[in-house]
Amino acid sequence: MAALAGLSPTAAAGPPPGRRGARWTPYLLLAPGLLWLLLFFVLPLVLLVTTSLSEPVPGGEVGQTRPAFRVANYTEALADYWPWFLRSVGYGLLATVLALLIGYPLAYAIAVRARARPLVQQLLLVAVVAPFFTSFVLRTIAWRQVLADESVVVSALKALAVLPDDARLTATPLAVVAGLTYNFIPFMTLPIYASLERLDPRLLEAGQDLYAGPATTFATVTLPLSLPGVVAGTLLTFIPATGDYVNAALLGGPGSAMLGNVIDSRFFRVVDYPTAAALSFLLMALILALVALYVRRAGTEDLL
Amino acid sequence: MAVASGASSGADLHLDRLTKRFGSSRAGAPAALAVDDLTLTVPAGTFFALLGPSGCGKTTTLRMVAGLEEPTSGRVLIGGQDVTATRAHQRPVNTVFQSYALFPHMDVLANVAFGLRRRRRRDAEAAAREALELVELAHLADRRPGQLSGGQQQRVALARAVVNRPAVLLLDEPLGALDLKLRRQMQVELKRIQTDVGLTFVHVTHDQEEAMTMADRVAVMNDGQVEQLGAPQELYDLPRSAFVANFLGQSNLVPGTVTGARGDLLEVALAGGGHALVPRGRSVSATGRVVVGVRPEKVHIAPDADRDGAAEPAANSFGTGTVVDASFAGVSTQYLVDVPGAGRLSVFTQNLGHAPLVRRGDRVRLSWAPEHGFGLRGDDDPAAGTLEHQDTAATDATAATDATADAVVAG
Repeated sequence: MAALAGLSPTAAAGPPPGRRGARWTPYLLLAPGLLWLLLFFVLPLVLLVTTSLSEPVPGGEVGQTRPAFRVANYTEALADYWPWFLRSVGYGLLATVLALLIGYPLAYAIAVRARARPLVQQLLLVAVVAPFFTSFVLRTIAWRQVLADESVVVSALKALAVLPDDARLTATPLAVVAGLTYNFIPFMTLPIYASLERLDPRLLEAGQDLYAGPATTFATVTLPLSLPGVVAGTLLTFIPATGDYVNAALLGGPGSAMLGNVIDSRFFRVVDYPTAAALSFLLMALILALVALYVRRAGTEDLL
Repeated sequence: MAVASGASSGADLHLDRLTKRFGSSRAGAPAALAVDDLTLTVPAGTFFALLGPSGCGKTTTLRMVAGLEEPTSGRVLIGGQDVTATRAHQRPVNTVFQSYALFPHMDVLANVAFGLRRRRRRDAEAAAREALELVELAHLADRRPGQLSGGQQQRVALARAVVNRPAVLLLDEPLGALDLKLRRQMQVELKRIQTDVGLTFVHVTHDQEEAMTMADRVAVMNDGQVEQLGAPQELYDLPRSAFVANFLGQSNLVPGTVTGARGDLLEVALAGGGHALVPRGRSVSATGRVVVGVRPEKVHIAPDADRDGAAEPAANSFGTGTVVDASFAGVSTQYLVDVPGAGRLSVFTQNLGHAPLVRRGDRVRLSWAPEHGFGLRGDDDPAAGTLEHQDTAATDATAATDATADAVVAG
C-alpha cells in the first residue's frame, strides 16, 4: 500500500510551537479513524489469529473450539488447499493483466485523446463509473444470464462456429476470469485516467522533437509518467480479485472454485472455524507478500 | 525517413510560400489564417529572430519548421532538402520550448541525453555532460527538473536541444518566463552559445529589445506575414512600414503630402504646419500622400523663444508645440510634446547638462536632420504596431492583405 500512500503529498510539518492545545489536535483528529480501525480491523484480526490456532473440543458440538496453539492448522490447510491458493493468485493475476490491457487504452482514450472534447470525456467517464450504480452481486448475476447456455451470446457464438456446439461458458474458468476482469475494470481505469489526465501534451511534443517516434515517445514519456496510476490500478484490482468469491460462486463451477469459496464453505457449511481462519490469514499474508514485492520492483516513489 | 546525422554547423532554412489556416474551411466557419504565404530564408549559422506581437503567426511558423504543425500549403526546406512531408522526430531540428517541457521523471543528464539515445549515439552520456558544461550546469546532472530554478531549467532545455547539433535550433520565446535581470543575462549567454557552437538559431520573440540585441537578422512579423526583414540596425534606421517603425523602438509619425523635390530630397508639407525634407532613397513612396517618421532620439527640442536659430530654413521641423510631459530617466529625459494637427510626439534627450532644457508647459520647436527621417506609404496607419493600437493595427493589416490574398477569400 506504500504506493497508494505515496500518491498523496506527505504532510510532514511538525506542530507549531507555543500553543499547548495545538499539540494534541492531530491526535484528536486521528482518534475516530484509529478507534474504528481498532474495533473493526485490529480486533477481528486478533480474533482471527486466535481462532486459526484453536482446536476442536473433543466430543463437543459441531464447530465448538477451544483456545490452543495448534500450528498444524496452518500446515494442514496449506497441504490440503494449495491448489486453490495457486488458482486464486492465477485468476487474480490474469484478471489484473486483462483489466490493464483493457483499462489502459480506455483511460488513455478518455484522458488524452478526448481532452479537446470535454463533453465526450465526461460521458466516457460516466460510462466507466456507471456500473457502480448497481450492486456488484447483481451485475455478476446479470453476467450469468449473459453467459448462460441458452443466452443470445452463446447461441450467436455457436452459430458463428466460434464455439463448438456442445460448449458452455458458465461454470468455466473463462467465465470466472471474465467476470473478475469486468468487475474490476473501473478500479484499473480510474487511477490510470487520473495520472494520464495530468500528462502535459507538451512533453509528448518534446519527445517527438527529440527524435522519438510515437511508439518510443509512449514508451519513454507517457508510460513512465502514468506508472503511479498503473501501480495503483493493478493493486486495486489484484488484491480484491484474488480474494474474491462472488464471481467464482456465481459464474464458476467446482473446477474453478477460488480460495474465497473454500473459506466460505469451511466457515458456513462445514463449520470448521480453525481451518477457515488459517486459510484467511494465509491468503492475506500471501497477497501482502506479493504486493510488497511488486511495489518494490515498480519503484514508483521515485516517480513522484 | 533519414534523420540527418548531426550537422556540425547548421544548415540553411528555407520557407517557401508557407501557409497555415486553422479550423475547417468547409464547415462554414471562417478559417483563421495564422501564417499567410510566408517565404523566408535563414542562412546557415545565423542567429535569426522572428519578431512580432502575440498572434502574428511566429510560433505557428516555428512549429511548422519543427514538424509539430502541418502546413496547409507551402514547403519547408532544411539544407536544401524538402522536409514538409516528414514528421517531427524525423527532422534534424530541435526546439527549446517556452515551457521548457523537461521530462519530470528523468534527471537532468537523462533529459539532455534523450535525443542522443534515440539516435543510438554511443557516447550519449559523455556528450550530454559536455553540453551541461556549456550551460554551466554540470554539477546538477543528477537532479530532477523539479528541483531546479526557472533559469536553470531554461539552460537544461537549451543543452537538451544544442547537444544534438541540429541543422536548425528553434527557440520559442525561451526567455519569456524569466524575470528581467535573468533574461538579460540569458540573452548574453544564448548569443555566446550560438557563437560557440555555430548552429543556425531561429528565435521567436515578442520582445523587440531581445531580438535587436541577440539576432543577426530580424524578421518583423505581423498578421501572418513578414513586414520587413533585415539586420537590427537596418530595421531600426529605416523601417519600411508604420508597424515596423512602432513595434521596433518608437517613432514619431506624421502624415503629409509631397510638394516637390530638391535634388535627392523630397519636400513634404506635414500635418500641423511642419515641413520636412526626406531623402528619396529613404521614402517608400515619392509622390502624393506620405507618412514621415523620425526616431525620438533624433529630434531636437528647443524653446520657441530661440528665434535667432539660423538653422531654421534648412532643418526639418514639426512646428511648434507644448510640452505636456517630461519624465526623467537618469541617462535621458523623455518629453511628450503636443503639436496641434500632428499629434503627440516624443523626444529623448541625453542629460548632458545640469538643468533640463525645457519644462512642462513650455512652448517648443521640434526639428531634425533630413538624413534621419524616413517616408512611409501615405495610407499607412501611424498608430500601427503601437501597444495601444495593436488590435486596430491587426484589422487594418488584414484589410490591406485581403486584396493580394484572394485565394483566402475564396476559401
